[in-house]
Amino acid sequence: MNNNYESTTIRLLRHLIILLVIAFVFFPIIWTLSASLNPANTIVGQKIIPDNASLVHYKEIFTSDTHPFMLWMWNSIKISLITAFFSVAMTALAAYPFSRFHFTGRRKGLFMILLIQIFPQMLAMVAIYLLFLNIQNYIPSIGLNTHTALVLTYLGGSIGVNTWLMKGYLDTIPRSLEEAAYIDGASRFQAFFQIILPLARPILSVLFVLQFIRTYSEYILASILLNSTGKFTLAVGLQMFISDMYGKRMGVFSAAALIGAVPIVVLFMIFQDYIVHGLTGGGVKE
Amino acid sequence: MNIQDNMWKYLFKIIFLGIVDALSIWSAVILYNDASYLLLIGLIILVGAINIVYLVDKAYPMRYILPGTIFMVIFVVYPIFYTVYISFTNYGTGNILSKDQVVEQLENRYFSPDDAEEFKFNAFKLEDEKKFILLFENKEGERFIGLEQELIPIQNFDKKIIDSDNDDKIEEIANYKRLPKIQLFQNLDYLQELEFQRNDRILRMKNTEYFSSYIRQYKYDEEKDQLISLRTNKIFKPSQNGFFKSEDGEKLTPGFRNNIGWKNYKKLLTDERILNPFLRVFIWTFEWAILSVFLTFSLGLFMAILLNDKNLKFRKIYRIILILPYAIPGFISVLVWRGLFNAEVGAINNLLQFFSIGGIQWMQDPVWAKVALLIVNLWMGFPYMMLIALGSLQSISNNLYEAAAIDGASVWQKFRHITLPLLLVSLGPLLISSFAFNFNNFNVIYLFNEGGPAIPGAQTPAGATDILISYTYRLSFATGRGSDFGLASTVALFIFMITATITWFNFKYTGVLEDVKENE
Repeated sequence: MNNNYESTTIRLLRHLIILLVIAFVFFPIIWTLSASLNPANTIVGQKIIPDNASLVHYKEIFTSDTHPFMLWMWNSIKISLITAFFSVAMTALAAYPFSRFHFTGRRKGLFMILLIQIFPQMLAMVAIYLLFLNIQNYIPSIGLNTHTALVLTYLGGSIGVNTWLMKGYLDTIPRSLEEAAYIDGASRFQAFFQIILPLARPILSVLFVLQFIRTYSEYILASILLNSTGKFTLAVGLQMFISDMYGKRMGVFSAAALIGAVPIVVLFMIFQDYIVHGLTGGGVKE
Repeated sequence: MNIQDNMWKYLFKIIFLGIVDALSIWSAVILYNDASYLLLIGLIILVGAINIVYLVDKAYPMRYILPGTIFMVIFVVYPIFYTVYISFTNYGTGNILSKDQVVEQLENRYFSPDDAEEFKFNAFKLEDEKKFILLFENKEGERFIGLEQELIPIQNFDKKIIDSDNDDKIEEIANYKRLPKIQLFQNLDYLQELEFQRNDRILRMKNTEYFSSYIRQYKYDEEKDQLISLRTNKIFKPSQNGFFKSEDGEKLTPGFRNNIGWKNYKKLLTDERILNPFLRVFIWTFEWAILSVFLTFSLGLFMAILLNDKNLKFRKIYRIILILPYAIPGFISVLVWRGLFNAEVGAINNLLQFFSIGGIQWMQDPVWAKVALLIVNLWMGFPYMMLIALGSLQSISNNLYEAAAIDGASVWQKFRHITLPLLLVSLGPLLISSFAFNFNNFNVIYLFNEGGPAIPGAQTPAGATDILISYTYRLSFATGRGSDFGLASTVALFIFMITATITWFNFKYTGVLEDVKENE
């Protein structure tokens, strides 16, 4: 639309509406910030800038023994990092032959990858729970209430989507580069590892970040598979901590919520251009 | 590549496969001894595949694909089929164990008959070891030594071992020392496990003073596949519902898990106390997904149009602020909003009080709970819509608007006849994806109010704001009401089918499937 002739009133109105929506966006954020600084731990009669602002709730987050927020956050970060790393590694491997080799069953394989994406993994939560309940009888170290179980589950769920996106990117890398490498005597794996992977770095990092964010925010499977305080992820721990305790734990919760959100917000803002491009490609953030 | 390189590679491959195979054989033996034949078959297929893929040259591409495939098969494909299987069973609280396990448990039940013999007992323990000898005395004053499940009359023993100082008090048997009362309690776990044969009965600990004779309550007849009560002679036959039942209707607990055919499906679709809440959940799931997409898209598109002006001041800053809700992890946003909507201490009711609107029960009132959820989801979801709309708006050619302006079209007409139709075409698939996503948007629904408030009179734990996926979750894992894995899996399969239809339609629409064909 051509706005050169827009009148001052309309222009002002435009800014006014945007500011109104920004107020809506900021409302919970500012309110949380304010509650986290209010030493009273309750929100009755709260002001935007508390009378005697203090960092006491932040201190509690780092020191509380009964509610180990830092441990939960570390669990979340650890699980997300491991999941993202192995997911990207396995999908890079899996996408490569689909993009480069001709072999029987290739089309069927691609079709299967698509088909599996039709079924969201979390719908099979009961089966996954019972699967680990059974595994526990044989190998307790990957049974229920272990981070390994959670990572394995996330890995399985992430392969389909990520392989599809990865293959799409690999298709855009010209084959002539590998062919040159073959002439120089490189093996197929060397061509993949030393030529293709470095060129695919952008998609590798985007998928890594997306998978990290997705895993960090996952609640349902984590809440089913984990059941002791020390093993919780931030999502499960925070939910346990605050449910029905808003009257008493508001301050600590707010501080934990802000600290828990920071790494993801920072990651998102750094990679926002990639993520937004990925969006229109069909990757939906959870 | 030289020959030595090849040698190393070959050696590495052999060692790798050797380790895998050794571990597998070891696991296979365990599985075989446990009679877990299904897992055994799975293991054999898996290990077979690994060996073939890494030994046969023709399977070269599979070497890249296999690691990811294994994970996908175990943690996505297998659970899907397992879900189907569970939906045909009565798996859940009260029917957790297999039939063999239930039989074993029932056969280990004893009852104390009316003419039970009672024995006062003293325990003797070997120092530093968990080994016991028991000394029994019955009403008639006869004494026995309990040794390795047998009761032996005391006369059979050499007096020197039993009562060396001949004062009729027994302090020690062989090297076993008499346990004082306090230590008796410390060893209770072991003593309770002890059993002694007495005629056709079994002596077990009754309390800290007495052992009493018990009779085994049930005996399993493998040939006829039935349990006989040795107390009443009643016969219990396994029913399809997963219980041992007598002819007069007595049911033994626990039940076992059993294939019950289409019963879960029938129950879901015909039993009114289960069907009615299910239908409510079903309808609200659709309303929720449609309204969520509509509201977020409306606000997102509106903001995109406002921002889609390169001359707009602060445009970049506005954009960064407006996508903030999208950058914050969803579970944190929802939990924060839950606090804001808290009826007693929440900021929103405080704010409304200012306009003298009082005490809306956001969590207890079904309608207000739904309104609150839609507001929360609007906040979380509009930035995504704004981002995709911004991208799409930029691709609409300016010529179209100029031509329309010449024809004297109003702003609304331009929007209605140019912007909206073009956007809907390009964003259609993303809107459908968004519908599918919200259809299963567990986090918002469950973290906000656990699906509540509860629907009064519902037989199953269904809440007014529950969507199908949170309903499934509550059927399986809600505390306090027991789990019904069978029914939960049935509901999950309904969601599977709906989600699959939507996604399939979307694939067709976007031509992804043609992509696959072209890839030949």
